[in-house]
Amino acid sequence: MKTWLTTTDHKRIGLLYFWTAFGFFLIGGLEALIIRAQLARPDGGLGVSAETFNQLFTMHGTTMVFLALMPLSAAFFNFIIPLQIGARDVAFPRLNAFSYWVFLLGGLFLNASFIAGPLFGADRLSVAPDAGWFGYENLTSRQFSPGPNVDFWLLGLQILGIASLAAGFNFIVTILNMRAPGMRMLRLPPFTWMTLITQFLVITAFPVITVALVLLMFDRFFGTHFFVPQGGGDPILWQHLFWMFGHPEVYILILPAMGVVSEVLPTFAKKPLFGYTVVVYSGVVIAFLGWSVWSHHMFSSGLGPIADSVFAGTTMLIAIPTGVKIFNWIGTLWGGQIRFTTSLLFAVGFIAMFIIGGLSGVSHASAPSDLQQTDTYYVVAHIHYVLFGGTILGLFAGMYYWWPKMTGRMLSESLGKVHFWLTLIGMNLAFFPMHFSGMLGMPRRIYTYSSDLGVTGFNQVSTIGAFLIGLATLVFFWNLLRTRWQPVTAPSNPWGGSTLEWAIPSPPPVYNFTVIPTVESRMPLWQTERHAPMRPLPERPPAAIHVPGGSWWPLITAIGLPILAIGAISRALPIVFVGVAVVILGIYRWAYEPFEM
Amino acid sequence: MPLVLAAVLLLLTACSGAGHFPQSTFAPRSDFGTDLFGLYKDVFWWALGVFVLVEGLLLVAIARFRARPGAAEPKPVHGHTVLEISWTLAPALILVFIAVPTMRTIFSTAGHAPEGALRVEVIGHQWWWEYRYPTLNISAYNELHIPVGTPVQLDMTSADVIHSFWVPRLGGKRDLIQGRTNRIAFRADSTGEYSGQCAEFCGVSHANMRLRVFVQSDSVFQRWVDQQRAAPATPPKGSPAEAGQQVYRRSPCIACHTIAGMSQGKVGPDLSHVGGRSTIAGALFPNTTDVLRRWIINAPAMKPGALMTPQNLSPQDLDALIAYLQSLK
Repeated sequence: MKTWLTTTDHKRIGLLYFWTAFGFFLIGGLEALIIRAQLARPDGGLGVSAETFNQLFTMHGTTMVFLALMPLSAAFFNFIIPLQIGARDVAFPRLNAFSYWVFLLGGLFLNASFIAGPLFGADRLSVAPDAGWFGYENLTSRQFSPGPNVDFWLLGLQILGIASLAAGFNFIVTILNMRAPGMRMLRLPPFTWMTLITQFLVITAFPVITVALVLLMFDRFFGTHFFVPQGGGDPILWQHLFWMFGHPEVYILILPAMGVVSEVLPTFAKKPLFGYTVVVYSGVVIAFLGWSVWSHHMFSSGLGPIADSVFAGTTMLIAIPTGVKIFNWIGTLWGGQIRFTTSLLFAVGFIAMFIIGGLSGVSHASAPSDLQQTDTYYVVAHIHYVLFGGTILGLFAGMYYWWPKMTGRMLSESLGKVHFWLTLIGMNLAFFPMHFSGMLGMPRRIYTYSSDLGVTGFNQVSTIGAFLIGLATLVFFWNLLRTRWQPVTAPSNPWGGSTLEWAIPSPPPVYNFTVIPTVESRMPLWQTERHAPMRPLPERPPAAIHVPGGSWWPLITAIGLPILAIGAISRALPIVFVGVAVVILGIYRWAYEPFEM
Repeated sequence: MPLVLAAVLLLLTACSGAGHFPQSTFAPRSDFGTDLFGLYKDVFWWALGVFVLVEGLLLVAIARFRARPGAAEPKPVHGHTVLEISWTLAPALILVFIAVPTMRTIFSTAGHAPEGALRVEVIGHQWWWEYRYPTLNISAYNELHIPVGTPVQLDMTSADVIHSFWVPRLGGKRDLIQGRTNRIAFRADSTGEYSGQCAEFCGVSHANMRLRVFVQSDSVFQRWVDQQRAAPATPPKGSPAEAGQQVYRRSPCIACHTIAGMSQGKVGPDLSHVGGRSTIAGALFPNTTDVLRRWIINAPAMKPGALMTPQNLSPQDLDALIAYLQSLK
């Protein structure tokens, strides 16, 4: 237990990220199921109150984006990146531990709002955030949201932002500086490349939302008027800041999954990634363009025809590098010897579903067409095809692919296939009808709808699909759990992968590589035209290997942050000072701690 | 699946009676709505073509290249420059075909109505709508009346949080933002009753912020305007409505509601002509005796977050008050 609390081993931190994020994924999923159950019937539904429903969809979005998908990707960054580049750990192992603890505590702080009502004298148990994951001003101003709900949201997200920023810098330094000899930039595995691009987006996008949240905090706590129209502020400023973060965030969520797919397809098709450099560059182009499209979330807010035209144009441009990636994946499969493992099924499912999400995206890139779609279920369908059909299917592909490496145990392929088909059928039942309910006039974020709209049937199919996804997730959960009782039998390279993580035992020893390998090709473990496969590494390290020891200080420093937030939300200045003191003490002792213990 | 999809779309388009789908964007009844639907169809057919092509390629790839025992190792192809260039240019070309009509429609639907358009100011409130007709000197609430075939320009703003005015069959949505004025313009091309609702999340009762638009022939519209211009009906002596007027006069209602000549409250909608409306409470409920009774007794129970406090009136007073309100045609 103690060794897990103090660990600085990137592999253990990766597993902590995985289980924590998976837990939040289940919570976010449960919220979605309540939402879907409520919407199965019109005119009041199952009787979930408007207040509760608004909290549920707010927390569903916030949880899935910040507490499930980003950290599930982070689990792979942590576990796999140092292995793929031939390193013993990340560049800053204690900072890495700090990121994890901040993420965990930030997530707990946010979810504590579900039971914190009595502490704030509210007449209900839950004071969870209820203004949407996008927190549009001026609804989130003190005047229109007087309770602690929005405070939980803005403080929780600020805490989580610290975790993401610390991890972002850590992985950029790691990937740029810790590469094994010969691992040139254009020999990096595609997953590492997409991670690198993602982290640049993180360190550029998160400061924007942090600024927005600080301004919102000042408006709510100290009576400033950045977003309050009566005081000369502008609620549209919030929308710009939020989406300037929010759109790059979409690529923060999807690029890692694209990286996973770019690893899985070559392995199971027994063919190198088609157009490696093009796939890499298109990722870079997507990231750059991702910065220039944010106002397409605001076509209905009246920016004027010039701005709308520009953002419609830039948004359409993104379809080009995205399309290029898809064609290259198909090119990778073409002419291969495809083995239909669960991992490959999920990767192919990713491509098939992501195409649908991408194409519906073009229909709202066309700004006037979007005026009928924005804020309706059509957009809900779109984001779920992209983030569920895309990100989650991609991450599932990664889980089946790397689970043997992470634990030394193989997941059941037959349960895996049940999981895949249930998920694929469930998601299409859940999300495809939403295109229709949206175009037939059903807005999103409504706790009930009139039976007169004629969309009851579509909603019922969506609900059935959502519960199928829930069932599929339970199958997956069981598949994960049952490996705990299996012996460690996974070979070092169960799938015949080409990258460095498959050169070492499963699970890898604490030092990863007995000797740091010298890399001569993009696919070091494969025979290529010019290079023989890398020679196996020695089984025992020829010399003693230095690995960083454990440390309490990342955890203690991290604990200071929620204390600070608790002080702020309860307007108790002494508690704020306690939090600050803990953070300062933690950083001070951390700085003077000897490197080994 | 794509064929099914196309079939369903066509089916929906064919349901232009749209009695089944009163908020369908597939059955537009204005120039604005028709333009948007036309653009959507353009994008849809391109997208469908791409969908069939790409998903088809993917299916062929996984069907044709499944691993077979004893097959030779695949050729380690690393890429193909001509292919890369062509599948970069092809989507770019398609996007040009989408972008050109998009830009054209952006400018043609920017919200500027021609000279002589009927101008209406729309003001969003949590959770109801106020319409002012500055040239006609009248107001309406939740139910917008406009003449058919006449260009209409809506100048929209909000009294509190951001709302979004959306009547799908008459066109796209536009946000109502405090301190700003946003515009949409359209010309409804057939008479009838069109339903819509707020599309921007605006707090507890966002789902209950609905609206109606009555597109009327010139004569019917003119009759409605005259009715709104007239002073509120005076109940005949000795009628239940007259008793109700007395109840109203001493009730807390007057703090929040206006009835011309009776009270000047500004928190809730003006009730001078409430009896002539077909719905109440943000077009959420039909304007019937029973609904009015339940609404006055406990409005927040029917519409979460409603500011109207529950009223404790004797049954006689309640009946009289309802009779009075219903007399205000």
